[in-house]
Amino acid sequence: MSNGDVILKAERLDKSYRMGATRVEVLKGLDLTVKRGEFVAIIGASGSGKSTLLHILGALDKPDKGAVSFEGRQLGRQSGRELNRFRNKMVGFVFQFYHLLDELSVLENVFLPAMASRSILGWFGCRRRAKRRAMELLVQLGLGERVKHKPYQLSGGERQRVAIARALMNEPKLLLADEPTGNLDSATGNGILDVLEKLNKAGQTIIMVTHDNRIARRAGRIITLADGKVRN
Amino acid sequence: MYKLILATRYLLKRRITYFAVLAVALCVFIVVVVMTVMAGLVGEFKQKNHDFSGDCVVGSESLVGFPYYEDYVKKLDASELVEGVSEVIRSYGLLSLQGRDRTSGVEIMGLDPARHSRATGFGDTLYHRRDDIAQAFVPSYDANLPGCILGIDLALERDPNGEYAYDSSPRRIGFSISCFPLTARGALAGAGTALANTKTFYYSDHSHSGLARVDDSIIYLPFDEAQALCGMSGQTKRINAIHVKFKPDVPLKAGCEEARRLWSIFKAEKANENQAYLLDTVTVQDWKLYGRALIAAMEKEQLIMGVMFGFVGIVTVFIVLVVFYMLISHKSKDIGVLRSIGVSGFDIIELFSGFALMVGLAGSSLGVLGGWQFLLRINSIERWLFEHFEFQVWDRTMFAIGDIPSAISPRVLAMIVLLAIAACLIGALVPSWQAARLKPAETLQVNQL
Repeated sequence: MSNGDVILKAERLDKSYRMGATRVEVLKGLDLTVKRGEFVAIIGASGSGKSTLLHILGALDKPDKGAVSFEGRQLGRQSGRELNRFRNKMVGFVFQFYHLLDELSVLENVFLPAMASRSILGWFGCRRRAKRRAMELLVQLGLGERVKHKPYQLSGGERQRVAIARALMNEPKLLLADEPTGNLDSATGNGILDVLEKLNKAGQTIIMVTHDNRIARRAGRIITLADGKVRN
Repeated sequence: MYKLILATRYLLKRRITYFAVLAVALCVFIVVVVMTVMAGLVGEFKQKNHDFSGDCVVGSESLVGFPYYEDYVKKLDASELVEGVSEVIRSYGLLSLQGRDRTSGVEIMGLDPARHSRATGFGDTLYHRRDDIAQAFVPSYDANLPGCILGIDLALERDPNGEYAYDSSPRRIGFSISCFPLTARGALAGAGTALANTKTFYYSDHSHSGLARVDDSIIYLPFDEAQALCGMSGQTKRINAIHVKFKPDVPLKAGCEEARRLWSIFKAEKANENQAYLLDTVTVQDWKLYGRALIAAMEKEQLIMGVMFGFVGIVTVFIVLVVFYMLISHKSKDIGVLRSIGVSGFDIIELFSGFALMVGLAGSSLGVLGGWQFLLRINSIERWLFEHFEFQVWDRTMFAIGDIPSAISPRVLAMIVLLAIAACLIGALVPSWQAARLKPAETLQVNQL
């Protein structure tokens, strides 16, 4: 494996939380490398730090120690503006509870990341292109008829597919999925995993967090978190 | 763009924001109505005081008055800045209605109606002789009798609606007026049966100045008659005040300075005269200073109102703050999601500040609209309340006002709207700032648990 194939590298990550009087160490010197085009599943028991790791990898949180590099650039050395740009352009998040904005329609939720990175004038310049891209994603994910609906009018599986479309809107290099099927029944969850597999086959790098071995087996590589470190 | 869309949706879709809008609207409504009425009352009161006094009053508070005034009046008449000058006698006396035993204290004002109308708004306060001011002291029923003009509340009854029972022409009523003349040294001029000068005058007209203090206590007499009655018409004639009106383009300050300058010259010229010491008691005051005792009280009331409504503004800030705290605590997931797609903390502050701006705009628009509609109908509402429940905000038998003022000042309105919006922005500032500081990982994590 050459260095050019590595999209993400985490080195000696430490992270702890204070819970009342005690300090809980979640990550203890964790190392992780993800290659471009990989579909990695991170599994571990509840409270093992899977979501914390995912948030650190996506620059939603900062490690106490250690460094995360994306395409060779250390996230910890980037300014707030650069990190905002990183979250907007480089990564896409899919959450267990979808986290769609109820005030926006399905279509608006999907093109929200494109709108967020532009000024009003900038948005008017690319509005049509962004809407076309959002529509294409929704059609690909089988939601072409639901664009004007509000999130609360959709089923769980549909909402998660909207969340995936939103995560893919700005064509991110890395998709981070936190228990994407955790809130869905088995059949719907399988449908979501099919979507992720399909995206991976098209070249999308994916890191998925799950506590379910059965789901993790759908990924190309499985990493187990225990005692704050990668076990295998 | 998303900030505009989200702020608009929060405004329209969240029921809790309706309460914030309603709170702002109510506060704006109350402030618009009260400030308009209060500003109207104060403005009207000041205007009536101005009309009563003219632009400037040169006078002494002493009942003895001051002498040699003719020379000073000549100087004023010759000034290019002066439009009208009126010499006035002011004193106190006893008023008895002929044929009745009742006697009451009264304030006497002796003046020449034509000259006084050029210096003040006196002519417009008359009823029967408004179009023939020079004849104001001539009773229409007998031109040979000495006439007097009564303050309207001395002459006519007023019903609870504030309407006076006007007569088509003045009734023949005689008033016996007694005055106690004073010497130039301030002692009573007469003794025994000559202690008071008494003369009978006949009701020729009434004056409605709109100032309760004036309309219920002043009786106006012809200048010469009043001067004689008050013992000021001896060898050295005296008066109590000179009312001056400046030409329309003359600033009040410049006019008063000219009157003061002329007074200094006049005083220096009379320095060696016998009664020159009386000139030391004379002051030159503009109409605001002359009526300060009453105007200052009204302005203080207005200021107190302003302070009270400042507190209303603070309450608005707290209402908005509470609503925003509640809203942001409901929206912490949205904030986490927005941060996860690259929205900065500053953008979050802008989003909620924009939302606060919309709440302020919507609330103040509703409040202004409601206040405006209410003010348009305030007098008919008050009349309706009186007719159905006998409730009256201002008892017209006590207060010298006609209608409740309802003319909205665009300047006041703009100020209230701006303050309401500022209150919303201030109220939203702390919650927005806290929202911007929320750690996305924590908000998303908490929502997942």
